Amino acid sequence: MSEGHSALAEQFRDLEQQREASSLGMWVFLVTEIMFFGGLFLAYTVARTTHPAAFAQASRHLDVTLGSANTAVLIVSSLTMALAVHASQVGRRRALIAFLILTIALGCTFLGIKAIEYADKFHHHLVPGSGFSFSGPEARPAELFFSLYFAMTGLHALHMVIGVGVVVVLLLRARRCRYTVQYHTPVELSGLYWHFVDIIWIFLFPLLYLIDIHH
Amino acid sequence: MPEHIVSRGIYLRTCILLLALTLLTWRVALVDLGRWNVILALTIAFSKGTLVTLFFMHARYSPRRTQLVVVAGIFWLGIMILLTMSDYLTRLPLAS
Repeated sequence: MSEGHSALAEQFRDLEQQREASSLGMWVFLVTEIMFFGGLFLAYTVARTTHPAAFAQASRHLDVTLGSANTAVLIVSSLTMALAVHASQVGRRRALIAFLILTIALGCTFLGIKAIEYADKFHHHLVPGSGFSFSGPEARPAELFFSLYFAMTGLHALHMVIGVGVVVVLLLRARRCRYTVQYHTPVELSGLYWHFVDIIWIFLFPLLYLIDIHH
Repeated sequence: MPEHIVSRGIYLRTCILLLALTLLTWRVALVDLGRWNVILALTIAFSKGTLVTLFFMHARYSPRRTQLVVVAGIFWLGIMILLTMSDYLTRLPLAS
């Protein structure tokens, strides 16, 4: 893998076969990620069916406005990432760089809003542990809800941090003209990862923020 | 299979649809529908996830074997949740 057409590794017939193999490998990795998050979603399902009232009560302590805003931020970041992939496919380097920068900015916005929410939970003693305080008879199950809230959104935020790091690397390499119409697989695979993290949040948002908010 | 380039128009429409569904999931949550609240919320989330997978992640234009991997992943997650819940819901006394 030095330069130009030697982006082709010797075990592949052509760049196309290499691209398909890479994409398949990325999807297999994402399937393992589904199972990784799946365990947490399962724990959530068991806990919520066991303590529905406590989960509804605890969920009302989350900020629906910030949660909705973050959902919109992530969806738009997925659009900019998809447009970055498009730009790399048609060889528009300036557009690629611009969309990567936008994606990084939106990713950081998401993490910033998340940090504000976390700080608020610390402030109101809603972080599980010795400092946890919750009024009402179901304080223990409510603590379980917040344990799951921090575990799930925390793992998701960790993925976001990694995602932003990956896109920063793409940006640096795009500036050095490393991607061409023939070879831009890293942009495409990073896009798959970014969209996957978006999908996780699409499920986290209604499950954590929107439990019985009509009361 | 040569690389399929999805048009920017499709990306834009997918994004608008996703934002509209986000608004819908919030609106629906404000109405008391009993157990249907969670069913609707999950149905909308699943539709949104499908849109992202098909268009943003190009699954609609991918080779069959890639599509098989995607479906297998969701299927295995389904097995895990379905079998575990069938156990929990029939053995433990539910807290009322």
